[in-house]
Amino acid sequence: MNISSIKKDYLYRLAKQGKRPDGRATSEYRPITIERGVVNMAEGSAMVSIGNTTVLAGIKMDLGEPYPDTPNKGALSTAAELIPLASPDFESGPPRENAIELARVVDRGIRESGTINLEELCIEPGEKVWVVFIDIHILDYDGNLFDACSLAASAALLDAQIPNERFEMGENRPLPVQDPPISCTFVKYNGTIVVDPSLEEDEVAEARYTVAVDKNGDIRAMQKGLSGSFTVDEIRQSIATARQMAPTIRKILEG
Amino acid sequence: MELIKDGKRLDGRKPDELRPIKIEAGPLHRADGSCYLEWGGNKIIAAVYGPKEAIPRHIQNPTRAVINAKYNMASFSVGDRKRPGPDRRSREISKITSEALENVILTEMFPRAMIDVNIEVLDADAGTRCAGITAAAVALADAGIPMEDIPVACAAGKVGDTVVLDLMGEEDQEGQADVPLAIAPRTENILLLQMDGHLTVEEFDRALELAMNGCQQIATMQREALMKKYQSFEED
Repeated sequence: MNISSIKKDYLYRLAKQGKRPDGRATSEYRPITIERGVVNMAEGSAMVSIGNTTVLAGIKMDLGEPYPDTPNKGALSTAAELIPLASPDFESGPPRENAIELARVVDRGIRESGTINLEELCIEPGEKVWVVFIDIHILDYDGNLFDACSLAASAALLDAQIPNERFEMGENRPLPVQDPPISCTFVKYNGTIVVDPSLEEDEVAEARYTVAVDKNGDIRAMQKGLSGSFTVDEIRQSIATARQMAPTIRKILEG
Repeated sequence: MELIKDGKRLDGRKPDELRPIKIEAGPLHRADGSCYLEWGGNKIIAAVYGPKEAIPRHIQNPTRAVINAKYNMASFSVGDRKRPGPDRRSREISKITSEALENVILTEMFPRAMIDVNIEVLDADAGTRCAGITAAAVALADAGIPMEDIPVACAAGKVGDTVVLDLMGEEDQEGQADVPLAIAPRTENILLLQMDGHLTVEEFDRALELAMNGCQQIATMQREALMKKYQSFEED
């Protein structure tokens, strides 16, 4: 992604005064909206907006073999699609490295916080388990895809039903899901760190940091991205900000 | 399964009745033009980017713009998860959609340019190609692309030995024929026509008449959706 140097200068100058292009404080999140159950054909789904960024996550489930090292656990697969609908910078075709990193960070938060009880998704140990597919479509890109995708994936999981009926295995029942992680993303440019970056801020970002916290405020996943660096204090401060914000976001998610 | 009972269909519709349709122009903020469409159980979003320089350059046409429509189904939009990415079916639909739209767009105004039309099926319940074209047309108009007309599409078909308008999921699977049609509503010129199944010539005539009529009804809704968006601008 290219950004003009004039825009970059503008954002840098604002940053020096502790300001952001949309007038937010550096630790201020944009409004979040979550709409559940928007896709009938999916086992679960959720449309999430953070400001103008909109993503849609859908859950599909299928029967498959477990991984050899976890014979009594269901499997989880997460994919994100930066479809060209969402931005002039996205191209069609197989996922590139940005989409892969995004999906893996979302996956890590959900996996490591034990959001899905994978043991309950085992049907015959070593033979047959449920495979949960989380597919996330970016519909409108205005920054901070990491948090939007993580929220959408969690909300869709909370909405999901195991499709026993479709596989003639009895009645549908809710997917065993609890306490999803809350992901909080920060970017750094010209020495300033802001939470929930807008598109312009994503474009000038030198470094990015995502942290996922559980309901106790413990850390479940992290990812530092881009070529810039953070100091130890900056990371600590970001974790503190994320822990402060998480309960409010969790309320919206579980609302 | 009995698809028609006492002259009514599974969802209570008469043979010549459309499913409920909701059209919203311009829901996406990033695209040059966009449209969200609900049509029965279908949920479709379309976005237009352009006209812009055609890349790679070898696809450029020195006399007119290239229309690049891409139809894509979300992996969670169907019963069994669809593998992400284009398959042969979606490539075919992308091609005929591009060609149908190209017919009405004043492409000669933009030599060497490209207009991207992205159609995303979020939830599928039969008739997604028609819904895609209908949504794409509104997105093109919303993007201010000059067109001779706003294209519109609708299918007719045959279920339970009756010719019906606008097949829903079960009718599409169990039915005897499906005829998707896209037209330029002002002239009623046909921009897209496909058929599979089994129809007599008389049944085809009836199906075409129904589909034409359905298209005209939807064309009115497309215009209302566009008017609604630009009216709200005026009030602001």
